[in-house]
Order: sequence, then C-alpha cells, then structure tokens
Amino acid sequence: MPILETITILDSADIVRVRQKVRSQTVALGFGLVDQTKIVTAASEIARNTLDYGGGGSVTLEVLESAHRVGLRLTFTDQGAGIANIELALQNGYTTGSGLGLGLGGAKRLMHEFEITSEVGKGTCVTTVRWRQ
Amino acid sequence: MERIPILQMGQFLLVTIQVDMHDRLALALQDDLTDRIVKTSASGVLIDISSLEIVDSFIGRVLGNIATVSQLLGTETVIVGMQPAIAITLVELGLSLSGVRTAANIDAGMRLLQISLGAPFHGGLDANP
Repeated sequence: MPILETITILDSADIVRVRQKVRSQTVALGFGLVDQTKIVTAASEIARNTLDYGGGGSVTLEVLESAHRVGLRLTFTDQGAGIANIELALQNGYTTGSGLGLGLGGAKRLMHEFEITSEVGKGTCVTTVRWRQ
Repeated sequence: MERIPILQMGQFLLVTIQVDMHDRLALALQDDLTDRIVKTSASGVLIDISSLEIVDSFIGRVLGNIATVSQLLGTETVIVGMQPAIAITLVELGLSLSGVRTAANIDAGMRLLQISLGAPFHGGLDANP
C-alpha cells in the first residue's frame, strides 16, 4: 500500500502539522466533511499522546485501497515509557497526566479500526483506520 | 510568541480564532483573556470559532476552562459559530462542553449576552436587530 508521508511529532506545533497533513489527505481521498473532521480530531488526540506520554515520535500516513473501498491508515510510533495497561488507558476519564482522559478512547470511537501495541520501557504503536463511507 | 487578538466592544470582549491553535497558543489565550476580563471589567465574552476546523479534547478543555474562569469572575462567555461537523465529532469524542453557552453566530451570541445581562448593548455590531 502506498505510504504517503511520515511526520515527526516533537512539539505541539507538530500536532498542528499532523492535523493539516491528515486533513489534506482526507480531502484528496474524497472523505466527506464530517469524516474529515473525525479523522483529523482522532489524529490530533493520538499525536498528543505520542508527544505527552511517548516523549515524541512519528506518524505515517498510508492509503488503503481494495476493489470496493478506500481508507486512510495512520500509524503512530514512539519509543517512550509504554502503556502498562492498555484497557485502562482506553477508558474514558482515565489519565496519568493533566488531560481529560478522553484522548485514546475518544480517538478509538472516531475511527473504524484501532489497535494499540505497547511494551513498557520500549514504546507504543497505535494503528488506526477510517474507511471512506 | 504568536497571540490571538482580543477586541473590546463596549462592555464585551470579542475573540475571533482564525488560526489552527497549537496547545501553547490556546493556553496563552486562556491567560490573556482572564487578564483582560479583570482589567476591563467586561461583562461578556464572545469567542467566535467559525474558522476553527477541529476542536479536540485539549482545545475543548481550554474553551470550557475559559467559560468557567470567566463565570467565577462575574463574566458570561458565549462560544459562537461551531461548525456542525465539529459538534458531531465532539459528542462522539465524549466531550459535551456542558456549562459552555453557545450560539449560532456573533449576532445571536451578542443577543444572548444582552438578554442574560438584562442590559441593552450599544456597540453597533447589529444594525438591524
């Protein structure tokens, strides 16, 4: 599948860059406005997690294409502390930081596919897809 | 550092967010606005977010904080112009922004402030009410 680009996430200005790049790719792929907004919002939430809890990392944007559907896959990776309890991290209102704890769980609800793999001390990888309706 | 301008119109403060805010800019707006509310004794604040393309949980939290802080300082805040796609996304995200007053546009927001303050507004924004 074609990789569109990889964006590094090292400070809060990079979160804005991620939003802008994801927005332009969703537009190019023909996603509707509500879908665009959902994907960009999810990307913003996960990118902030990558920055705040993963100590920075990157996101790769990929187009998924099959005979009958088109989607955008976002893969966020960091080499941070990792998440000890992923189920807990996905719960609404759970946070180890200063946020609302809506980030990961909220992002999951905004996307069609969502997967987290994490190893304590090694880092976290979040892969998520939204298909064009 | 980049700042979001805060305009004074009579007894109200008007903020139009026209850039995609990074986190520090959003926090700076919260601080600046609190400062201006105290300095001007403004009775109402209008925040126009019609140019904002997304509101994520961080920006949503800042907007909620601004509303709560201003209320504690005796000032009403109304958020105006939220795009429908953002409203749908916020609900799915789990952020209801309860406690934040909203209106469709600046005119409607201005009227909401006037009604809640029980005082006529002479700022001249709305020529044909």
